[in-house]
Amino acid sequence: MKPIEVKNLQKTYGDLKAVDGISFVVNEGEVFGLLGPNGAGKTTTIEILEGLRERDGGEVKVLGCDPWKDGYSLHKKIGVIPQEFTFFEKTSPREAIVYYADLFNIKVDPDQILRDVLLEDSAKTLFDNLSGGQKQKTGLALSLVNSPDMLFLDEPTTGLDPNARRAIWEVIRSLKAKGKTIILTTHYLDEAEQLSDRVAIMNHGHIVAMGTTDEIISQHGSGERLEINGEEKLAEYIKANTELQVNYDTAKCVISIPLNKKIDALAALAAAEQSGLDWGEIQTRRDSLDDVFINLVSGEVDEQGEIVSEDAESQLSRKRRR
Amino acid sequence: MGSGRRILSDFKVFSRGYLRNKFGLFFGLIFPVILILIFGAIFSGNSSSTIDIYTQNQDTGPFESPQLDIASQFLQALNSSSTIRVITVETSNFTNYLAEHSSSDGIIIPANFSANYLAASPINITVYGNPTSSTNGIIVGTVSAVSNLFNLQRFNGEAVIGFTQSTIGFENPQYVDLLIPGLIGFSILVSPMFSLVNISSEYKKNKLFKQLSLTPITKMEWLASKILWYIVLTLASFLLMVAVGVVVFGAHVNLTLGLLPFLIIGPTLFASLGMLVGTVTKNPETAGVIGNIVTFPMMFLAGTFFPISIMPDYLQNIAHVLPLFYIVEGLNNVMVYGNITGALIDIAIVSVITVIIFAAAVKLFKWRED
Repeated sequence: MKPIEVKNLQKTYGDLKAVDGISFVVNEGEVFGLLGPNGAGKTTTIEILEGLRERDGGEVKVLGCDPWKDGYSLHKKIGVIPQEFTFFEKTSPREAIVYYADLFNIKVDPDQILRDVLLEDSAKTLFDNLSGGQKQKTGLALSLVNSPDMLFLDEPTTGLDPNARRAIWEVIRSLKAKGKTIILTTHYLDEAEQLSDRVAIMNHGHIVAMGTTDEIISQHGSGERLEINGEEKLAEYIKANTELQVNYDTAKCVISIPLNKKIDALAALAAAEQSGLDWGEIQTRRDSLDDVFINLVSGEVDEQGEIVSEDAESQLSRKRRR
Repeated sequence: MGSGRRILSDFKVFSRGYLRNKFGLFFGLIFPVILILIFGAIFSGNSSSTIDIYTQNQDTGPFESPQLDIASQFLQALNSSSTIRVITVETSNFTNYLAEHSSSDGIIIPANFSANYLAASPINITVYGNPTSSTNGIIVGTVSAVSNLFNLQRFNGEAVIGFTQSTIGFENPQYVDLLIPGLIGFSILVSPMFSLVNISSEYKKNKLFKQLSLTPITKMEWLASKILWYIVLTLASFLLMVAVGVVVFGAHVNLTLGLLPFLIIGPTLFASLGMLVGTVTKNPETAGVIGNIVTFPMMFLAGTFFPISIMPDYLQNIAHVLPLFYIVEGLNNVMVYGNITGALIDIAIVSVITVIIFAAAVKLFKWRED
């Protein structure tokens, strides 16, 4: 049995399908990233897994429990940081840890937990006065109080500056090294790429791609290609004098030639040399996760997780989702 | 056992946070004391205060001997009544004089007052006053009593019916004694009610309830810990108010165990009601408005600052559906009248309302979302 098994999960708000029949499993000890723009259905999915939200359909098993019906006992075995984590304003991280330990009726070393999340310097600062990164670390610390084997982190670094984000990443990596199973939602590609063993890309309530980042790129991205900076005449010359498929990007003045075999690059370059025309920089490249992601969600995602440069119709449908 | 431990650890964290918040402390402890200082100062020494009344004496004598100057004797008698103090004025237009001195109360002693009295012919004194003013009744009553006394004396009569003044409960009640139960009721209402409206709507907005639902504490335990804190706070503010009342105004306070049920069930009721308002409203702004709509009528109409007996009937009817009314009435029954049966009925009514409100608050209050 896998720690998390999701089959055909559905959740509707009014007439809006927030999660539309998704299925996946999470393996023990892996970091599983749910990646997608705002309104894709990530938080709804993770909250259903945490037992904070009731599902409308499908099967969900988390550590063998139905998270909604068995939430009370499940919560003793998992750790969670909800999105936009907040806590009692006039309570320090250390006091918060002691409070949680009392509620769980367990003995913990609060200072060790504070060291684990790199928060020992602010142990006695009231929550009100903590920075955004320190607040998130407090959330992480609290999610560790009951020594869970499984952690749910809902957008743990949204709104943090790059340094704070990297500090949280460091903590997440050390938790992974301790063998914890981690489910992470994010709209930051680099975060998903840096931390996750496997990623599911969500859009409009569906999983549009899933696997390791390499698997996703090879399934959904183009293969390796040769790119030559040059004029359109050169592109036409290569096309006429080789068997190769040649594309030309007039805006960037880049000739792009998909490589079925690496040796194709040699033929292309030989033709370019033969043409007697000028050509500039050459490189071979393949689609990054970025390229694939932009393709799959039909737009780029900004710092706040909003899609930029998408068509009007999808923008409208996404707005309705919130 | 687990439940009690969780309530206590939540109580510890919440009370520490509360004590670190100066604003909350002000409303919980200092505000009721300020109220008692203000109201105590306004009404203290009420017994020695007299109403000043402008009087025009038009009497034309005879003035040969003091015994014949009946008008002066009459004014002296009014003065010694201890309820009014006569200020004799010389003016040609008395009503103008009253207006210029922003006074609606005045007395005119007519010409020939003494002569007519001695001749036993009818005399008519004019009393100016505003019938809606509370002072008017006192002036008319005093003038009428002194007139009757003089009428008796004129025919050498003697008063047959006399009376002795006495009070219920206290030997020598001060106004502040009657004020204290109302102000305690006020503090039982305000602090738990407003705090819980605020906390429950803010926690919902900030998803703190979701956060707490991930721990073993239950929503009933969470609410119980808040109630426990507001009981402690109510007891503390009760003792402070009583101490200030006794030390500053020499109040007489009957500290009996009979007060405890009100000081315990009262905060339970209003913390639950605050929770209910915060939980059924969409956001903190709406919660604040609804909280005020529920709280304000109780603040003023439940007998807190003035007895409901001075209000018109329809307002008295409204008072009877306000839960705070039964708490204030109960506190009065215990502290002022020693009416234990009445207090028991009041506490029974309050308990039933509390059970209903508490159950509704726990039932409707959601940790998680559907």
